[in-house]
Amino acid sequence: MSNKYWQGFGEINDPENFQKNVRDEFREELPFEDFDSKGLLDAKAPRRDFLKYLGFSTAAATLAASCKTKVREAIPYAFKPDNIVPGEAQYYATTFVQDGDVVPVLARVRDGRPILIEGNDKSFVKGCTTPRIQASVLDLYDKYRITHPKQRVGGKLNEVPTFATLDKNITAAIKSSGGQIVLLTSTINSPSALKVIEDFKAAYPAFKHIQYDAVSYTGMLLANEASFGKKAIPAYRFENAKKVVVSLGADFLSSWLSPVEFQQGYALNRKLDEKNPQMSKHYQFESFLSMTGANADERFNHRQSETGLVAAALAAAVGVAGVTAPAVSNAKLKAGIDKVAKDLLNHKGQSLVVCGSNDVNIQLLVNAINAAIGAYGTTIDWSAPLNYRKGIDKDFADLLTEMEGGSVGTLMIYGANPVYTWPEQDRVKKALAKVKLKISFNEKQDEVSELCDYLVPTHHFLESWGDGEATTGSIGFMQPTIAPLFKTRQWQESLLVWAGNTESYADYFKNYWVARLGGESAYLKSLQDGVSFTAPAGLSAGSYSASGLEAAAAAVSAAPKSSKKEIVLYQSNALGAGTHPANPWLQELPDPITKITWDNYAMISVSTADELKIDYKSNDYEYYPQKPVISIKVKGKELKLPIIVVPGMDADTIAIALGYGRTSALGATYVDEYTEDKKVGVDVYPLSSFNGTGVNHYAVDAEVANTGKKYKLAQTQIHNSYEGRIEVLRETTMATFLKDKTQYSDYANKLYETYTGKKNATRDDYVKAGTMYREHAADGIKWGMSIDMNACFGCGACVIACHAENNVPVVGKSEVLRYHDMHWLRIDRYYVSDEKDPNELKGVIFQPMMCQHCDNAPCENVCPVAATNHSNEGLNQMAYNRCIGTRYCANNCPYKVRRFNWLDYTGADSFPNNQDQTVVGKLDPAVFYMNDDLTRMVLNPDVTVRSRGVMEKCSMCIQRLQHAKLDAKKKGEPLSDKHVRLACSSACAADAIVFGNVNDPESAITKEREDNPLRTFYVLEQLHVLPNVNYLAKIRNTDEIIADDDHHGGGHGEESGHGTEKHEAATAEEAHH
Amino acid sequence: MRFMDNHKYLFHQLPLLIIALFFSVAPVFAQGDANVNEGKTLFVGKCQSCHSGDMKSNSTGPALGGVQGRWEDKEKLHEWIRNNTKLIASGYPKAVEVSKISATAMTTFPDLTDPQIDAILSYIDAKASGKLDAPKGDAVAAGGVEASASQNNIMYGVVSFILALVALVLIYVNFNLQRAAREAEHVKTAPSLPVYRNKTYLAIAAIALFIIGGYFTTKGMINVNRQINYQPVQPIFYSHKVHAGINQINCLYCHGNAWESKTAAIPSVNVCMNCHKTIQKYNGPELKDRHGNVVDGTREIQKLYEYAGFDPTNAEGWDPSKAKPIEWIKIHNLPDHVYFNHSQHVRVGNVQCQTCHGDITGMDEVYQFSELSMGWCVNCHRQTKVNFNVDSTSGNKFYSIYEKFHNDIKAGKMDSVTVKDIGGLECQKCHY
Repeated sequence: MSNKYWQGFGEINDPENFQKNVRDEFREELPFEDFDSKGLLDAKAPRRDFLKYLGFSTAAATLAASCKTKVREAIPYAFKPDNIVPGEAQYYATTFVQDGDVVPVLARVRDGRPILIEGNDKSFVKGCTTPRIQASVLDLYDKYRITHPKQRVGGKLNEVPTFATLDKNITAAIKSSGGQIVLLTSTINSPSALKVIEDFKAAYPAFKHIQYDAVSYTGMLLANEASFGKKAIPAYRFENAKKVVVSLGADFLSSWLSPVEFQQGYALNRKLDEKNPQMSKHYQFESFLSMTGANADERFNHRQSETGLVAAALAAAVGVAGVTAPAVSNAKLKAGIDKVAKDLLNHKGQSLVVCGSNDVNIQLLVNAINAAIGAYGTTIDWSAPLNYRKGIDKDFADLLTEMEGGSVGTLMIYGANPVYTWPEQDRVKKALAKVKLKISFNEKQDEVSELCDYLVPTHHFLESWGDGEATTGSIGFMQPTIAPLFKTRQWQESLLVWAGNTESYADYFKNYWVARLGGESAYLKSLQDGVSFTAPAGLSAGSYSASGLEAAAAAVSAAPKSSKKEIVLYQSNALGAGTHPANPWLQELPDPITKITWDNYAMISVSTADELKIDYKSNDYEYYPQKPVISIKVKGKELKLPIIVVPGMDADTIAIALGYGRTSALGATYVDEYTEDKKVGVDVYPLSSFNGTGVNHYAVDAEVANTGKKYKLAQTQIHNSYEGRIEVLRETTMATFLKDKTQYSDYANKLYETYTGKKNATRDDYVKAGTMYREHAADGIKWGMSIDMNACFGCGACVIACHAENNVPVVGKSEVLRYHDMHWLRIDRYYVSDEKDPNELKGVIFQPMMCQHCDNAPCENVCPVAATNHSNEGLNQMAYNRCIGTRYCANNCPYKVRRFNWLDYTGADSFPNNQDQTVVGKLDPAVFYMNDDLTRMVLNPDVTVRSRGVMEKCSMCIQRLQHAKLDAKKKGEPLSDKHVRLACSSACAADAIVFGNVNDPESAITKEREDNPLRTFYVLEQLHVLPNVNYLAKIRNTDEIIADDDHHGGGHGEESGHGTEKHEAATAEEAHH
Repeated sequence: MRFMDNHKYLFHQLPLLIIALFFSVAPVFAQGDANVNEGKTLFVGKCQSCHSGDMKSNSTGPALGGVQGRWEDKEKLHEWIRNNTKLIASGYPKAVEVSKISATAMTTFPDLTDPQIDAILSYIDAKASGKLDAPKGDAVAAGGVEASASQNNIMYGVVSFILALVALVLIYVNFNLQRAAREAEHVKTAPSLPVYRNKTYLAIAAIALFIIGGYFTTKGMINVNRQINYQPVQPIFYSHKVHAGINQINCLYCHGNAWESKTAAIPSVNVCMNCHKTIQKYNGPELKDRHGNVVDGTREIQKLYEYAGFDPTNAEGWDPSKAKPIEWIKIHNLPDHVYFNHSQHVRVGNVQCQTCHGDITGMDEVYQFSELSMGWCVNCHRQTKVNFNVDSTSGNKFYSIYEKFHNDIKAGKMDSVTVKDIGGLECQKCHY
C-alpha cells in the first residue's frame, strides 16, 4: 500500500476533474461569451471602444511620460549625528516584549527608521523570530495608533493638550475617586517596571497590581505550586528531549509559551545526521490538527474534554502511583497511550511531556508523568523558571467582583483587554461602568479603551526603553530605535509621574540597571548587546511532591463527558490571542494548515462534514471560494461561521481561532466588505468559560447546523499547482530510510543515466547533457540554498520577513480571492495519508517554495523583452522596468512562483487614477492602509516598489547579496558566510534554510550538501531546469515501512511519473540534436 | 568613392594629430619632485580642510608657510602633527604657544609616518616659496585643441555639402544627356513627370522622412527626463571652484559619506561651520554667476550664518542645535529603479569624482556633467578594469574567489578583468 500526497480533497477523490480545473489560472468566468453569438460590434467592448481606449491610453502614456521633470530637493541634516551614515543601515539591539513574551531582537534601522526585525545572535534565544515578531515593525507605523493623550468629556474623547495638564487632571481624579487603585496588565516581566509599580504602591497604599493574560497558564502555575511549591513555570529544554516528545494538545511550535525557543531546541533533534540517523520521536494527542500536531510523527485524536482522561491513562501507564487507569473506549487512542508510555519509560531522562490544558488537575497529572519519566532535571529545568506568563485567572475574576461591588475607584490598564478576552464580555463592561476612573495605556483604541476615561497611549516597543526578564537571569534590553512618532509616553513614566517621581523613565531605567549590573560600562554593554544573561550552572530538578495528585485524578475522572460536538478555541499561528489583529502582514499570512488568509472559520472533521451534508469531496468545494456557513449553538449563544474540512481531526471537534471579529476602531484593515458588520472573522472568546480557577478555551455540548448559506474564504493553497507533475516532495519514514538509505540518490542516478544515456553518469554529466542552454559559468560566486524539510514547521516567519525586506505588497482579501496573492515565498502544505482513506492522516509536510533560480530557467527564454535573465552568480534576475507584463514567464515556470501585479497595490504608478476603485476594480482598505505615508516608512529603500503590470518573484534578497559583496570588497577580503544573511534564513528559528556561496568550499551551503548526499533532492529535477535551490527529504520517525511499489520515495501516480520523465528527456534530446 | 574614403580619413585624423601634438608637450608641465607630489596629496587630503592651501593666509588653522623655520626641534614638530594633544599635555612650550592660535583644536593624525610628514613639509615649503605655481599654458593649449577640432568639423561639413551639390549636378547632367541621346535615337520614352508628382520620388521622400523623423523623435524621447547640463540656482551661491579648486579641499572632507554609503550626501551645516566659524569674509577672486553678474561672496557666507543661526560677533555663543537645514536643489537625479552606490565606485573602484561629475574644481555653479543614462553607465562598465588581485600582493583580495580569471591571466588568455567580466552589465547589479 502506498502513501498519497495531496493538498485538497478534490485532488484525492476526483483527480481527473481536479487536473481539468487547475488548468485554468483563475477560478472565475472570463467575459468571452459575448463573442459567441453576436458579432464583434455588439460585444461589450466593440471595436470602436477598443480604438478609443487605445487612443486614450497612448495619449495618456505620452502625457505622463513627457511631464515636466519636477525639481527635487536634497536637504541635509542641520547637525548630523555622528553615528548615522545616510544610506547605510544600522542594527540596534532591542527586545520584543508583548503580552509577556520576551525575545531579544535586532532592529534594522535605515536613515532613522526601523524597517526590519531580525534575530539577535547574542541572545539567549539565538537569532530567531516568529511571524508576530517580524510583523511588529509594521505596528509602529500604524496610523490607527492613538496619537495623543485623550480625556473623556461629556461622552467624547478629547485631546489633552499637554502631559502636564493630563497629569494634573489624573492625579486629582485618582484622589477624588477614592477606593482601591488597581493596575491591570498582561504579564509584566520587566524588573525595572516592576520596581516602578512597587514605587507607585509606596505612594498610593490602596494600590494593587493584577496580571491578567488573555490565554493564561493558570492551570500550570497552580499545579506547579502544588507539586513544587512554586507558582512558576519551569524551563522546557526541548534540545535535551532527544528521544521522545509528547504533547497533550500543546501547540509548542506555534503558540504555547515560547515557540521561538522551543522551535530551536526541538529542531536540533529533528535534523538528521545521515551517517548516524537519529531523531526524536514526537507524539501528539490533540483534538484538531494544530501546527505542532502537523509536525508530529504520530498523532492521536481525542475530544478536548478527554484530555484529562488521556493524561490519567498515560500517568497510569507510566506507573504513577495513586492513579488508576481510566477506561479508554477508543481503541486506537488506547493503543497509542500504551505505545507512548512504553516509549517514555524506555527513554527516561531523554523525554518530555507537555500539555496545553489550563486545568490544574490535568497539569498535576502531567507533572506526575514527567516526574515518573525523569524529565525534571533533564528536559525540564527548575533552575531558571520562565517568566512569560504569570497571570492567574481567578485574580481577575476576583477583581471583577470587586469592581461590581464598587470598591475599585481607579483602574489603570496596560496591555490587557478583558472586554474582549474574558469569557463574560458584557459582565466586564458593566463592571467597568462601576469604576469611577478608568485609564488605558494601550497603544491602540481597543474594546477596553473605548470605555475608559483617559487614554494615555504608551510607546511602541521600538520607541521605548525597557527590559524583560525571560527566565530568571536572562534579561533582554530595549532601547529606542526611533524618536516617538506621536505624542505618547511610556506607561512606566506615567506611573512615575503620578507617584510624584520627577525622574524620567529613561533615567530611572538606567539608574536601576547601573546599580544592578554594577557600573555604567556593564549597563552600556548590555544595552549594546541587547541582552544580559548568565547561563545556568546546571539543570535543577526541583523538589517534586505528589501532593494533590489523587484528588486530581479523581476530579479528572469525574469531569463531565459530552456526547455532542465540542468547540476548541485555539490561538492562530499569525494572530495568537489577538493583540495586534489589524496587522495586514499577519492577516495575509496563510494559516499553516488551512492556508486561509484574512478570516477565522470552523475547522470541521470529515465526518462532521458528512453529517452536515457538505459535499467536500467534489472538486467544486475547493474550486470555488464560497464555503458553507454553519451555525453553532453553545450555552445559549449562537455563532455563524464558514467551515473548512480538515482531515485528521477528531470526529466531533470543531476548532475556531481566537483573536478575530474585532472592533473596526482598531484599523481600516479590519473592515471586510463581505460581512454585514464589516468585521474580519468572528469573535469566539464568548465561547470560553471560567470554571472557578481557570478559563477553559473549549466548550462542550455544541449544536451545529448547516445554514445553507455560503461565505467566501480566501484560501491560497490551491492557487498554484504543479499540473500533475510529481517529484515535488520527498518524504518517507525513518524505518524506510534505514532500510533503503540510497533511495533518493538512486532515483537521481537513474535519472542521470536515462537522460545522458551513459552508465554511472554524474550530476555534472546530467547538467551538461541534452540542453539547448549555454553553460552557466558562475566564475566567482554561485549562490545556492538548501532547505531542510525536517526543520520546517510551517510557521511563516520567513514569509513575513520576505514581505518586510522586499516591499512585497499586501493585496487584501478580495485580491487573494482572485488568486492575486503576491507572496514571493509561500509554504506549501501537503497531507500524507493512505491512498484509500484521506482522513487517516499520517503526517503533514511543509515545503517553502520560492523561485528556484534555475540555471536552465524556462522563464528566461520565453520573455520577449529579456526582462528576466541569468546572472553570472547563478541567479535568475528580474528587471522590473524592462517587464511589459506578458506573463509568459509565469506560465512557463514549473514551480509557479512568479507573481504578477495585477493592480496598483503600492501606489507606485505614475498614473494617479490607477488606484481609483471605480476604474480598475475594488481594492481592499488594507491596500490603501499600506500606502499611507506613515505606513510607507516601513518600506526598504534599497528595493524598488513595483508598479502595476510587472512580474516579480524571489530575488534571493539581491540587495543583501550586493551589499555583502560590497562589504567584503571594502574590507578587501574574500566573500564568506559572515557577509551574507538572507531575510528568510535569518528569520527562521529552526535554521531550516541554509544559504551561501556554493563555490566556497568552506561555506555552510557546501557543507550542508556534502553532509546530506542521501536526502538532497531538487524539486522536479527531471525537467532539467537545474534549480539552485535544493531540499532535504523529510523523514517521519515511524516504524512503518512504505512499500516500494511506488516511484522512489514520493509522488503520486507511477505511470504518469515515468511517462513525464521520459517524455521530458526525449524532448530535451530532440532540442539538442 | 575611393577618394571620398581617403578624404574622410584625413579629416578625421587631423584633430587627433593636433591633440597628440599638444599632449606630447603637456608632460613637461606635470613633472616635479615625487616627494612634493606625495606631500601635496597628503596635504590636500588631511590638512587643507583647515589650513589654507596658499600657505600664506590664516584659515581655521594658521598659515603654514615657513613652519619648519618656526619650530626649532623637527622631532617635536613631527610629534605635534601626529598628536598635538599629547604634546600640549606634556607642557612643551612651543606646543602650548601654538595651541592658543586657534580656538579649534587640531585633529590628530597618529597614522602619519615620518617620511609622509617630511613630504608634507617639503610640499609646504615648495608651495610657500612659489616654486609650484604652474605656468598658465595648460588651459590655453586645451582650448586650442577644442577650437581647431570644431573648425575642422565645419570645414568637413562645407566640403561635403559642395561635393554633394557637385554630385547632384553631375547626376542631372548625366540624366539630361541620356535623354538627349535617346531622343536622338528616336527611342520613345514616357513623358517625364515633375518630381513632386513622381510616386517613386514621393515614396523615397516619405520613407526618408519617416526614418529621419523617427530617429530624431526616438532620440528626443529617450532624452526625456535626462538632465545633462542641468544647473539649478541654489539657495546659496556655493562655489566648488573656490572650495575644491582654489582652496583644494578634498571632496571627501565634505562628501565623506561617498566613502561609506550609497549616497555622497550633502554636508550638514555643522561641516560648513567647521571652517566658516573663522572664515567670515570672502577675499578670493571675483565671483560671477552664470549670467555674468558679480556675486558678493561675503554675503553668501552671511546666508550660511542665517541657516546656522550663527552670529559672527558672538562666535562663542553659537548653538549648533539651533541650525536649520539648507534646502539645496538636487542636481543629479537617478530614476527610482536604479541602485547606485558611491562607495562601490569611489572606495572600491577608485574612480575619481571628476570622472562622472566633470571638472567640479572649475565650476562656480555645479551642473550635471554626465548624461547619467544607462548607455553611459554601461560603456564605462565595459571598459573599466577592476582592481583584480592578479597575484597575491596587489589588488583587492575579494577577487581571489574568481579562480577562472586567475587561471586565464596566468595562461595569458586575458590581461585584465573588466567590470563587465565580473557581471557588471547584468540587470540585477543595478536594478532591484
